[in-house]
This record gives sequence, C-alpha cells and structure tokens, in this order.
Amino acid sequence: MISSFFFYLFAAVTCLSGLMVVTSRNPVHSVLFLILAFFNAAGLFILLQAEFLAMLLVVVYVGAVAVLFLFVVMMLDINFVELREGFQKYRTLGIVIGIILLAELFTTFFQLAGDSGALPETTGVHNTAQLGRVLYTEYVYLFQLAGLILLVAMIGAIALTLRSRPGVKRQSISDQNSRRREDTVRLAKVRSGEGAEAKEGSH
Amino acid sequence: MDAYLGDYLPIAIFMAIAISLSLAFILSAFVVGSQKPDIEKLTAYECGFDAFDDSRKPFDVRFYLVAILFIIFDLEIAFLFPWAVALGDIGLFGFWSMMVFLGILTIGFIYEWKKGALEWE
Amino acid sequence: MEFSSLTFLAALPEFILIFFALVLVLVAAFARHSDGHIKTVRTISLVGYATGFAALFLLPQGATEIFNGMFRIDGLTVYMKGLVLLGGFFACWLVGDGWGEGIDRAEFHLLVLMAILGMLLMISANDLISLYMALELQSLPLYVVAAMRTGSLKSSEAGLKYFLLGALSSGMLLYGASMIYGFSGSTGFSEIAASLTTGDISIGMTVGMVFLLSGLAFKISAAPFHMWTPDVYEGAPTPVTALFAIVPKVASITLILSVTYNALGEMAVQWQQILIALSVISMIVGATGAIMQQNIKRMLAYSSIAHMGYALAGLASGSMQGSTSVIIYMTTYVFMGAGSFAVIMTMRRDGLPVERISDLSGLSSTHPIQAAGMMVIMFSMAGIPPLAGFFAKWYVFLAAVDAGLVPLAIIGLLTSVIGAFYYLRIIRLMYFQEANAPLDKGGERQNRLVLFASLAVILLFFFFIGPVHDHASSISGALASFS
Repeated sequence: MISSFFFYLFAAVTCLSGLMVVTSRNPVHSVLFLILAFFNAAGLFILLQAEFLAMLLVVVYVGAVAVLFLFVVMMLDINFVELREGFQKYRTLGIVIGIILLAELFTTFFQLAGDSGALPETTGVHNTAQLGRVLYTEYVYLFQLAGLILLVAMIGAIALTLRSRPGVKRQSISDQNSRRREDTVRLAKVRSGEGAEAKEGSH
Repeated sequence: MDAYLGDYLPIAIFMAIAISLSLAFILSAFVVGSQKPDIEKLTAYECGFDAFDDSRKPFDVRFYLVAILFIIFDLEIAFLFPWAVALGDIGLFGFWSMMVFLGILTIGFIYEWKKGALEWE
Repeated sequence: MEFSSLTFLAALPEFILIFFALVLVLVAAFARHSDGHIKTVRTISLVGYATGFAALFLLPQGATEIFNGMFRIDGLTVYMKGLVLLGGFFACWLVGDGWGEGIDRAEFHLLVLMAILGMLLMISANDLISLYMALELQSLPLYVVAAMRTGSLKSSEAGLKYFLLGALSSGMLLYGASMIYGFSGSTGFSEIAASLTTGDISIGMTVGMVFLLSGLAFKISAAPFHMWTPDVYEGAPTPVTALFAIVPKVASITLILSVTYNALGEMAVQWQQILIALSVISMIVGATGAIMQQNIKRMLAYSSIAHMGYALAGLASGSMQGSTSVIIYMTTYVFMGAGSFAVIMTMRRDGLPVERISDLSGLSSTHPIQAAGMMVIMFSMAGIPPLAGFFAKWYVFLAAVDAGLVPLAIIGLLTSVIGAFYYLRIIRLMYFQEANAPLDKGGERQNRLVLFASLAVILLFFFFIGPVHDHASSISGALASFS
C-alpha cells in the first residue's frame, strides 16, 4: 500500500519533470528538472530494492553528470530562440518516433505480462553486497574492461581539450628553493650620478 | 518488504519536512507580502537602458575538463562500494582484481598529473 | 573463479596489447615534446602489434572459452584477430614519424592501440555484455582520434558526428540487447542459442534482434546507417581515415557473424531479411554515391559502404559457404584498403597532403610505381579477374546464389558494374590526364612496405585461393550454427 503510493508519487514526478526538461524555455531549468527526474528515479530504484543503483544515480548522475550538463549548457553559447524553431520543425517526426517506441514497449509488456523469467530472485542479502560478490570475481573480465574504458575516457578528454597556453606564469617551487644568494644578489658600490647597472670593469 | 522500506522512513520524513517547510516559506511570501506589479517593475533593467543582449558568457573549456575528470574518478569510487561491502566474501582474488583496476587508473592518474590537466593556470 | 594459466594464454595477444598501451601512457606522460619521442612511440606501438600478432600462434588450438564463457577463441577469431593486428600495423606504419595534421602526439598512437585492443575483444565477444563493453572500448578512442586535428572545423565536425551517431547506435544496440536478455533470460551467446531451440520465437526476440543488428550496422556503416561515413572520412586526418578504412569493419563484421551465426542461429529466417535489406541498400548507395565525389576520401567512404554491402550479401546467405565468403572478402578488403591509402598518403603538394581526386591526374609520370599500384588496387576493387577482389566477390555471389538469393546476386553484379565506373575513372586520370600541378617528389620509400605487401596479396591471391578457401571454410566450421 505504502510502496504503491510512493511508486505513483515518484513515477508521476519523474514523468512530469521529464516533460519539463524538454519543454522548459531556459536550458538551465531543463537541467534542474533533469536532476529532479534523477532523484525520483532513484526513489523508484529504492522501491525495487536496488539500493546500489539508487545511490549511483544520486552520486554519479546528480553529482557529476548534471554538473557537466550545466557546464556544457553554459559553455556553448546557444541561441535558444533558434533551438525552439528546430523543435517545432521536427515535432511531427518526433511524435511519430515516440509513438513507435511506445507501441514497441506495449507489445513487449503484454508479451512479458505474467512471465518475468529474467528477473533475479531477491534473497536476504542486500543489493550492494550481491553485486559485490559477483562483480569482482565472476565478472572480473567486464570489470577490468570498465577500467580500461575509464582510462581511455581520461586520456581522450585530456588529449582533446588540454592546451598549454604560452605566456602563463606559474609558480615553480623547486626553482624557488634552489635559488642561492650568490646567483641573484650583487653588492655594488654606487657612485652618485652613475647608477648601479654597469658591472665592474665594463667601462 | 515493509521492514526494508522502514529503513528509509527517516529519509522520507526528512524530505517531507524539507518540502513542506520550503513550500510554506514560498507560499507565505506570496500570501503575506504586498504585490503591486507594473510594467516598469517587470522589465529587464541595465543601468538605465533596456538589456542590450544576453548576459550569458561562454564558460572556459577547462571547466568541462575538470568536470569530466571528476566523473571518471566518481565512477571509479562507485566501483569501490560493492567491493568494500563484499570484500569478506570474494577472497584474495576479488582483492587483487580491484588492485589491478586501481593500478590501471593510477597510471591514468599519473598521466593526468604529469600533463598538468589538474592545474589551473 | 580462478585465474588459470589457460586464461592467461587464451587472451595472450590482448594482455600484450594492454601492456604496450600502459607503457605508452607512461611515455606520453613523461615525454617532453620533441621529434624524437614520436619516433619512439611509433616504434613501441609497431612492436606491440607485431608481438600481439606473434602471440596468436601461441594460442591453444580449438575452441576455448574463458572468463565464464564471455571470451571465446577459436580458429575464426584467431584469423580475424590476425587481420586486425595486421591492419593496425599497416595503419601505424603509414602514419610515419611526422604526418602533421595535429596527430603527431603520443596520444594518437596510444588511442589507436586501445582501439585495436577493443577490436580484438569484440572479435572474441561471446556475451552481450562483453560485446557492448568491447565495442565501447573500440569506439571511444576512434571518436577522439577523428576529432584530434585541433583547430580544424572539419575534424571537429567529423569527431562530433561520429560520436553522436555512435552513441545513438550504442543506444539502439543496448535496447536490442536488453530485449534479447529479457526474452531469453541470459546474455551469453550459447545460452541465447539454447533458449531459441525450445518453443516459438517471440516478437520481443525479433524486435531485439532488429535493434541489435541496426546498432551493429552503424558500426560497419551499412546503408541506411551510413550517413556519418563520408563526412567522418573526409574530416578526419588522413591517417585516421586510413585506420577507419582498414580495420574496424573487420571486427564489426566478425561481431555480426558471431551474433547471427552463434547466438541467433535459430532465427536465420528473421535476420536474413534484415541483412538482405542492408546489403541491397548498401550496394546501391555505395555505388551511386561515389560517382559524384570530388574528394578521394569521400569516394573511398562510399566505396567502403559498397564493400560492406557485398560482405553482408555473403552473411545473408546464412550458410557455411556464406561465412567462408565473408572471411575471404574481409581478408582482401584489409589489403585493398591498406594499399590504396599507402598511395594516397604518399601524395603531397608543397608539403601538405592532397585529397582531391583530380590531384591524382598525371600520377603515372611523377610516381610511376604508385600509379601502377593504385591501378592494380582499383582493378581489384572493381572486381576484375584474376585479382583478389574478383575472387572475394565471386565467392560472395556464389554463396548468395546457392542460398537461393538470386536477385541479391544480380543486384550485386549490377552495382559492381556501376562501381567499376568510378574505379576506372581514377585509372584514366592517372594515366591519360596531364598533371595540373606537380606533386612533391620523395616520400615513396616510407609507404613502400605497405603498398608492396598489399600488392603482393592482391596479385598473388590467384595462387593461394585454394588453401585460403579451405582454411576459411574450416574455421567457419567453428561457428555454432554448423557444429
């Protein structure tokens, strides 16, 4: 009873905020609605007893991906009026594709109704521990592959965006520490009217 | 099922209080405060002129680089949670598989560090 | 789960490539920018491909599955891995020590090595999850290298287009994979095949299969999922285009082969329709699209679309003869691609690479060896006997006819004739047209190894066609449909 109340609450808010992501005028608002949708999806995962996924959704998607989205929205200087026009232009096509996807979901749903063969059994062990028991042993291959993909992502992002700019002044601590007095300080007797630049014996 | 959901009761109560309090503040400001809008009050205003253009300025691409590197390490951390929870069950093999994973990403981290991707000029 | 010595041995080439990739990461991290370090990096990656290739001969004989059945080696995968490593070696060789176009960095070689590693893993994928992970490991570095020419709008466009459409195709692939998982109850190829033997094939399974194949069709740029190909080929730096043209499609075709023949063998009636449609459209789009092109990279992009159409025609026949013909086709494809780019990448004017088709005019007088080589390759691509390309097409059409797909074979023959037109146009330009501006002398020595290797294969294929065919047909016996 309580769980179905929360299910409908989370599901309704997810759908509504999803709609707002697409339709709101200000893209920053879109991203904020996206975050709301993520939060509610996390609630849905909790109702499914998938606690780890719920946590991931909050930590990774809300914590990192949404921030990245905000940066991208702000980084690209988009003309939002033009974007709106594109939205109008492709509306019919979008609706058609949406209807097709919906029809597919319905067909599979009715085919699957009553037959949930692929759903795993829930045991007493909670979700995170269940994942942990297989991820690092049985699925070690995929786990290491994920590590390699993260490495590629890291290198790719740096290779594409990092520029070394000329003329930037940086602090070099080792250079600072290795300076000695003899290298930099010179005592000179300055006669009046001649200045200190001239080195001894040069005139 | 109910016991499981019961674990989340404090969060549900917390959210309920947070939402109702913030709603109360916003709504009371609407109800109590006096509102007499007119055209001049509602128009955008910039030193005595109408706004010339959008005040938005493009961000530096470096923000993006920092954010994406943050995501990568965030995901790496996400892999650590189930590992830590299940470490007792998965034995030495599980331990070393995480060490290899971290080793690969540490090499990536060395690359990042030496390239100066973490520096802000 | 134990990490036995068998595990280590069966994935030896992959371990070797991972080792070399990590070494390259460290080199890239510590190297200061100088001309010397790019030479070192290129040598390291060439040694990496060669060592990986050598390791293929140490692999255990017969079919072996490791990592809980997610990684499979057998005769077919070993052969395809050999092709991919060879193609990677060629692509890396062609880059040279100083190409320009912003790719003379350690990161370029590193990312290409990672992509090749991903392709090896794709070929060995025996599970929907490992398929997807390997595919991503292959795609991500390729997106980056396509966009690597910083400051060039076209290169950025290429990278962005490739990335967006690649992400879309990954999404479709995942959607299909999740449907297949939902209806078969497993992600392993052999379990999926087992689940199909009992009872009827559900609609959900078919929908999943269609999405999975559409996602994979993006990766091999089969029409109507080819939109990205010409722009990416044109915009990416030429060595990257060469890489795209030589290697990734071998891995993706192998993936389609193992998905259709290993996992979904019982659904042959359903996937045959999809593959036939993809094949016909690709052949037509490839042949007609190339005619009007002025840029040689764009032309070769359409040419590769057409080639994928022919390879899919072999796959669509669903027989052992069909898979044999695909193996032969991909073998010749690698060498023809490598050879044509060995010629294109030799041509420079005032130090800058040229890429217009008209720049090839008069090549016979300035670069006679290159022109002769290009002529042989173009004849082979057009399917003139007794060159390698003729036999490749011959076996494909033979398989299609034997499987009762006569209309497919006829369309294939017609599009070959149309295709011959633009291949012959290049030969005409090289031999019967005056050069409009002279190309730079020199640089021939650098690419000669790749050109001569591919010419040797194309010209001498005639003598080896018997053994090659026997080997291809014996290794395609490893596919689940025929065992």
